[in-house]
Amino acid sequence: MDKLICKCGHENPPGTVLCESCGRPLNEQEQNKQLADMRYEGTARRSQTYNKSIIDKIWNFFSSVKIGVGIIIVLLIAAALGTILPQKQYVPAATDADIEAYYTDIYGSVGTVYHALGFHDLYNSFWFIGLVGMLAISLIIASLDRFVPLYRSLKNQRVLRHSSFMRKQRILAEGPGDADTLKKAEEKLTDLKYKVSTDKNGLLAEKGRFSRWGPYVNHIGLIIFLFGVMLRMMPGFYVDETLWIREGETRAIPDAPGYVLESKGFTLETYTGEGEEEKFGEAIDRVGTVAKNYQTDVVLYKIPEGALPGDTADMEMVEEHAIRVNQPFKFDGYALYQMDFQQDELKTMSFALQNKETGESRGDLTIDLVNPETNYELEDGSLVELLGYYPDFSGFENGEPQTATPLPKNPGFLVKMTTPDTPDGETSFITIQNTVEPLGDNDYKLAFQGVETRDASGLTVRKDRTLPILGLGGLIFMIGVAQGMYFNHRRFWIQQQADGSILLAGHTNKNWFGLKKDLDQVTEHASLPAYRDQQEDMEAQEKREGEQLT
Amino acid sequence: MSTEKKRNKKKNRTIMRSVILLLLVAAIGYTIYNSVTADEVEVLKVGDAAPDFTLTDLDGETHKLSDYKGQGVFLNFWGTWCEPCIKEMPAMASQYEVYEDQGVQILAVNIAQSNFEVETFARQYGLNFPIVIDRDKSVMTAYNIRPLPTTMLVNPQGEIQRIVTGEMTEQDIAGFMEEIKPE
Repeated sequence: MDKLICKCGHENPPGTVLCESCGRPLNEQEQNKQLADMRYEGTARRSQTYNKSIIDKIWNFFSSVKIGVGIIIVLLIAAALGTILPQKQYVPAATDADIEAYYTDIYGSVGTVYHALGFHDLYNSFWFIGLVGMLAISLIIASLDRFVPLYRSLKNQRVLRHSSFMRKQRILAEGPGDADTLKKAEEKLTDLKYKVSTDKNGLLAEKGRFSRWGPYVNHIGLIIFLFGVMLRMMPGFYVDETLWIREGETRAIPDAPGYVLESKGFTLETYTGEGEEEKFGEAIDRVGTVAKNYQTDVVLYKIPEGALPGDTADMEMVEEHAIRVNQPFKFDGYALYQMDFQQDELKTMSFALQNKETGESRGDLTIDLVNPETNYELEDGSLVELLGYYPDFSGFENGEPQTATPLPKNPGFLVKMTTPDTPDGETSFITIQNTVEPLGDNDYKLAFQGVETRDASGLTVRKDRTLPILGLGGLIFMIGVAQGMYFNHRRFWIQQQADGSILLAGHTNKNWFGLKKDLDQVTEHASLPAYRDQQEDMEAQEKREGEQLT
Repeated sequence: MSTEKKRNKKKNRTIMRSVILLLLVAAIGYTIYNSVTADEVEVLKVGDAAPDFTLTDLDGETHKLSDYKGQGVFLNFWGTWCEPCIKEMPAMASQYEVYEDQGVQILAVNIAQSNFEVETFARQYGLNFPIVIDRDKSVMTAYNIRPLPTTMLVNPQGEIQRIVTGEMTEQDIAGFMEEIKPE
C-alpha cells in the first residue's frame, strides 16, 4: 500500500483519514461528513493497513476491540459457570475417583455432566487460562496499535490546520476580528493554563494532552496485574497449604523448607454470659454457645543453615506464638492462619487389670496411643505386654488385625497379661467395647477406666510474593482511570485570515461543557465571534425535521 | 519511497510482530503448563537430584542419603495403615537379598508412626532392610509425597531415576533395582 500524500505535502501512513499535519480529510467519505471523527485523531489503526502474512492476520485479530469485548464476555460467562457447583477444592473428597463420585452422588446427572465437562476445576483449566491469556494479548496489541499512531499524530500536529478540518470540528466560530484579537486570545488562554503555540496567522492552544494516555496506562496496570496472577503458578511465589497438627506434635511446615512447628495446645473459649459478658446472655440463651476465641499455641523452630531434612537435633527455637482467628502468625514471608479444629481425639487409654470372677484389680495401666510402650509392669509383679497396636482398627485380613489410618480413632490392642495366678500369660484382643480371647477363656481382663484426649488444629500456610506486583498493577490501573476520567484534552485552533476575519475551532475528548466555559472567558476577553456547537445544531435540526414529519 | 526501503520496513514489521506474539504465547503456554502440572504434585521430577536427608533407623543408626552415593537407593515411603505398602514389603525383602550385594540399598521411610508400631511390624514381616521414621514429616514434605506407597528410585549419581506411586509386584521391584544398580 502507498503512503497518502496530502495536498499540504505531508506524507501520511496508508489508511489515515485526517492528514496528520493539516487535518484535511483524505478520503471522500470523510469529506462528506459534517463533523470529523476525532477519536484517534483520524489516524490509521496500524493493523488495518496491513493484512498480508499470517502474522499480520493474527495481529489484526487481536487488535480488534470487538474481539477483546467478545473475549471478556466469554470469560464472564465461563467464570459464572464455575460458580454453579462448588469447585473441586471445596469438595470433601481427596482422590479423583472420590471427587467424581461426589458430584454424581450429591448433584445427580447435572453433577456428572458438570464433572465430565471439567467445570469442577474450571479456573485451572487450560482453556480458561488460555482465554485470560488471549485477553492479555488483546489488551497489549490493541493498545499498541492505537497508542503509537495517536502519539505520533499528537506529536506531529501543526498549529495551522486546513479550514476544512476546522469547519468539521464541533465547536466553531467565524466572524470579524480586531488586530489584537489573536494576541488577547493567547493572553487569556495562557492565563487558563493552556499551552499556546503560534505560527504566522494562527495559534494552537492545548491543555491536558496526557489525559489521552489514560486508557493505555490503565491497560499497562491490567497487564501487570495479570502478570502477577501468572506468577502465582510458578513455584516459590505462592503457597496455600493446609497443615493439621495435634497437640504435642512437631511437624515440618509444608512448602516452608527449614521450618518446623510444634503445637503446644488448642483452645476453644466460649462466652460465659456472666460478669462483663452479660450482654451476650441473650444471644447465648438463643443459640446455645457463642465462640469467643479459637487459638493454637505453637512454637516455631528453624533447622540451621545446611542441616538436612530429618536432622532435628540442632533445631533452633525461633518464636512462641498464639495463632488466633484473624491474627495469623507471620514469619519470613509466611503466614499461619487458624482455620479449623478437631476436638477430643483419643490420646491415652487407661485400663485396670481385673480378675474376671472376683473383680479384684491388680493395678492400673495407661497406654499412650501416640507412642505406646511395650511393657506395662504392675506393682505385684503382674505384667501387661503389648503385642500389637492398631490405632484405627478396621477388621481382620488373613487373621491379621488391620488399621485404616495412623490416627487413634478406634484403637485395638493385642495384649499378653501375666499375673502370679496365670504365670503362662493370657492373650486378649481389645477394642472399644469388645474383647476377643483368641486362645481360649482368660481369667483376667483389661477393664476400661478412662481416656485422655487432645485437639487437632487445622492451620493454613500461606505465602504470597505476588502481592506487591498485584498492588502495583492495581495502582497503575487506578492512575490510568483517573488520568482518563478526571482530566480532559482540550484544544483550540484560531486563525486570522488576511481580511481580519477569525476562524476558531475547539475540540475536547470529553466534558464539552468545561471547554465551552473556557471559551466563554476567552471570547469575552478577546472579543471573538460567537461560537456554535455544531452537534447540538444538528440534533436540534433532526428533531425539528422529525416533528415536521409527524 | 524506494521499494527497497518499503520491503525493509515490511520485514521489520513482521519480525517485530512475530517476536511480540511469540513472547506472549510463550508466557501463556508456560502458565498453562504450570497450572496443569501443579495438581500432579511432582515438584520433584525424574532427573532431579534427590534431596539429601538424614533419618535414624530402629537400631539407632543414622542414614544419610548422600552417604549412599555410588549405590542405587530404593527409597520407599510407607505406613502400617496402607494396605499396598504392607503387601509389597515381603517382595522388597526378598529382592533386597539379591541386590544388596550388587550395590542397591533399600531405605523404607515410615511416615511419623510410633517406634512400637514400626518395630512390631518389622518383626512380624521379618524385614531385613533399614527402616527409618520420618517423625516430623520433613522428608515427606521435602519429597512432596502424597499417596502411599511412593517409591523414589535414586541412581548411583544421586539423581531420581524413576518415581513409582502405588503397589509394585516382585517383578516390578526386581526390574527397578536393575535400573539403579551401579555398573
